[in-house]
Amino acid sequence: MLFSEAAPSGYFDLVPWIVFLPLVGLLINLVIGRRIGERGIGLVASLASGGAFVVAVLLALSLQGHHEAVTVYLADWITIGSFSLPWAFRVDTLSVTMMLVVSGIGTLIHIYAAGYMHYDVRYKGDPKSYQRFFIYLNLFIAAMMILVSGDNYLMLFVGWEGVGLCSFLLIGFWYTKNPDASEGTGNAYAAKKAFVANRVGDFGFLMAMFLTFWAFGSLQFDAVKAGVEHVPEGIIMAITLFMLLGVAGKSAQIPLYVWLPDAMAGPTPVSALIHAATMVTAGVYLVTRSAPLFSAVHQAQEVVALVGAATALFAATIAVGQYDIKKVLAYSTVSQLGFMVAAVGMGAYVAGMFHLVTHAFFKALLFLGSGSVILAVERGHHPLDEDHHDSGHDADHHDHDHAPFDPQDMRNMGGLRSKIPQTFWTYIMGTLALSGIPIWAGFFSKDEILTDAFNENLTVYWLLVAAAFLTAFYMGRQVWLVFFGQPRTHAAEAAKESPLTMTIPLMVLALLSVFGGFLNFPTTHQFTNWLEHTLGHDFAHVTKFNLTVAIASTLLALTAIGLSWLLYGRKPLVAGQPDPLRRLLGPVFTGMHNKWYIDELYDFAILRPYQALAKFLAEVVDWRFWHDWFHDSVVAKGFRGFARFLANPVDLGLIDGLANWLAKSVQTAAASLSLLQTGYVRNYALSVFLGVVVIIGYLITR
Amino acid sequence: MVPVSYYIALSAVLFSIGALGVLIRRNAIVIFMSVELMLNAANLLFVAFARTYAALNGQVFVFFVMTVAAAEVAVGLALIVAVFRSKHSIDIDEISSLKG
Repeated sequence: MLFSEAAPSGYFDLVPWIVFLPLVGLLINLVIGRRIGERGIGLVASLASGGAFVVAVLLALSLQGHHEAVTVYLADWITIGSFSLPWAFRVDTLSVTMMLVVSGIGTLIHIYAAGYMHYDVRYKGDPKSYQRFFIYLNLFIAAMMILVSGDNYLMLFVGWEGVGLCSFLLIGFWYTKNPDASEGTGNAYAAKKAFVANRVGDFGFLMAMFLTFWAFGSLQFDAVKAGVEHVPEGIIMAITLFMLLGVAGKSAQIPLYVWLPDAMAGPTPVSALIHAATMVTAGVYLVTRSAPLFSAVHQAQEVVALVGAATALFAATIAVGQYDIKKVLAYSTVSQLGFMVAAVGMGAYVAGMFHLVTHAFFKALLFLGSGSVILAVERGHHPLDEDHHDSGHDADHHDHDHAPFDPQDMRNMGGLRSKIPQTFWTYIMGTLALSGIPIWAGFFSKDEILTDAFNENLTVYWLLVAAAFLTAFYMGRQVWLVFFGQPRTHAAEAAKESPLTMTIPLMVLALLSVFGGFLNFPTTHQFTNWLEHTLGHDFAHVTKFNLTVAIASTLLALTAIGLSWLLYGRKPLVAGQPDPLRRLLGPVFTGMHNKWYIDELYDFAILRPYQALAKFLAEVVDWRFWHDWFHDSVVAKGFRGFARFLANPVDLGLIDGLANWLAKSVQTAAASLSLLQTGYVRNYALSVFLGVVVIIGYLITR
Repeated sequence: MVPVSYYIALSAVLFSIGALGVLIRRNAIVIFMSVELMLNAANLLFVAFARTYAALNGQVFVFFVMTVAAAEVAVGLALIVAVFRSKHSIDIDEISSLKG
């Protein structure tokens, strides 16, 4: 964009390094990871991610003095005729925001994972996987950076697929564990589920890209932005709706959200990084990036907003009925992504991005906190050698409980407040932020979305308000169940606080969760102004603070937390006691607990018919028709018949017959000629005489 | 002087007797004699024409024929002796092993 002008001052040329640095870290760990040990691996990976963060900060500082978008050309990529697509990075306020979030939170999670995976690989009995984990994690950062920094849809798509691959690899990180789907789903199955659901979404994204190329003749963001007016509304409508399908896949919206809760099979840092803070927000980024397209078609916006709002409420109801600490957070993530998608669907791009950022803070915090809780309980359940010093105990010796112990089940926790105080306090910060209590980050961003919804679309507003109420409720429920009351198992009784590598990232994220909201404080609107440089004035309007909406949502959140206290805090759950909500809601709770049987519905409505179709195609069409009938009957039999025809009548009859006839006639001729050979000299002499007579007779009569 | 046609007629008669002898007789020695008869019929013609045309060629040729015939008889008789040794007969009808 600015090729012709003088190079803008600043560090813009550094932008390729946000991709290269994680790749360098990856390569170092790949090549010499074995030799530098766990500390070395963690350090290299964290430094690689941290380096990318430093670059992102430099870019952000450069943008302070130069607000316009800068395109940094790296290499030619695709050049076909007049169409050319370079590998170029786009540095503007939107992409830098994403870079900061991805690399910043990514770095914190790398540091946390260095501590967490130390235990996890040992509990899973495969310490060699430590290296593999950080290689995948760095690969993810690199792919995510490509996604957010590309200056065209195709580069975005490369990153989009790259993070999808990393997500698959990391969900199935312990792919041999939990092979049968008896409780929840097997890890490898969960990874496949995520991959397949994302492929469905990718189909939409690809179609959107094809249509964009067809209609605009380019895939670059600038060209698309410039060409919107010349393209018929119907085509843009199709593009945006296909894009919505892609968004539903990646950002876990109805109807493709089902993969995200199962993605919790991955190690907890993965859940925090990929499935809460960064990758799943790619859909929101995509919509924001395509703001000119979405804003051009009002109906498409409406659909996006409704999908988002419906997802927000629907997932929140499921979250209420879960016992698995990570599943609650997973459905909460789906729900919060619904908030963001609803926001960008209503054209409130800044609010959506703002919520994306704050949500990245507090949901990463909550996931990492839950990881810390799980690890504490796991270590309470069966300590590793290094945990208690009377050596001779082996972790494996503790594994033989009658019923397999689930360290993620909140019913197995309770009273952890005093056992793991650092985790507890940071978790509370995250909970308050997610519930939307004033001054915590989530309050500002969620309030901005609600205010926009209140102004734009009341249906969406009420859906989101209900979702917000449930959000506060299930978070309250979780905190009461996990941290308050008395320990309900021996493991919870013996829980141990996590090491500093894990708690320090928690504290940093807790600070961000508390103060992150001031990024876009209702009176100053720095974040709106910041994004306005990229989105333009039309798409980055300042949302006026609405006191009524703010007070209403705060009161609702407080009511919900109070309600959860009534149910879970006032009289803490004792071991073996059923959930008080089950008594109160009856079948509704069963529905919530069983995720409204959506998986079963998909299984019944899509998977079974699909499998039946596949089976039909395999058995009837392929095997019986194609193989048995066509190959065996038509091709093989036909060929055999033809071969037999060639062999019998043609070869034996015609060719052999000819040769045999020739031989036989020669034989016959020879036999009849041999009759002349009587052996009597006299006969020969006679023939000589006759011959002489004939010759002489000829000579005379000539 | 006897006209040359007489010689030709005599020679033809001799030749025919020889040829018939070769074709008809079964005794190998008789066949040999018949062959000699045919040779001598030819010799007679040579000499007769040589006299008629006063050319020496014919007479010289006769000498050649007689030498070759002598050699041939030597070989032929040796063959007959060999055949007789193995077959105890000189009937040429007995010697038909080359029959096809």
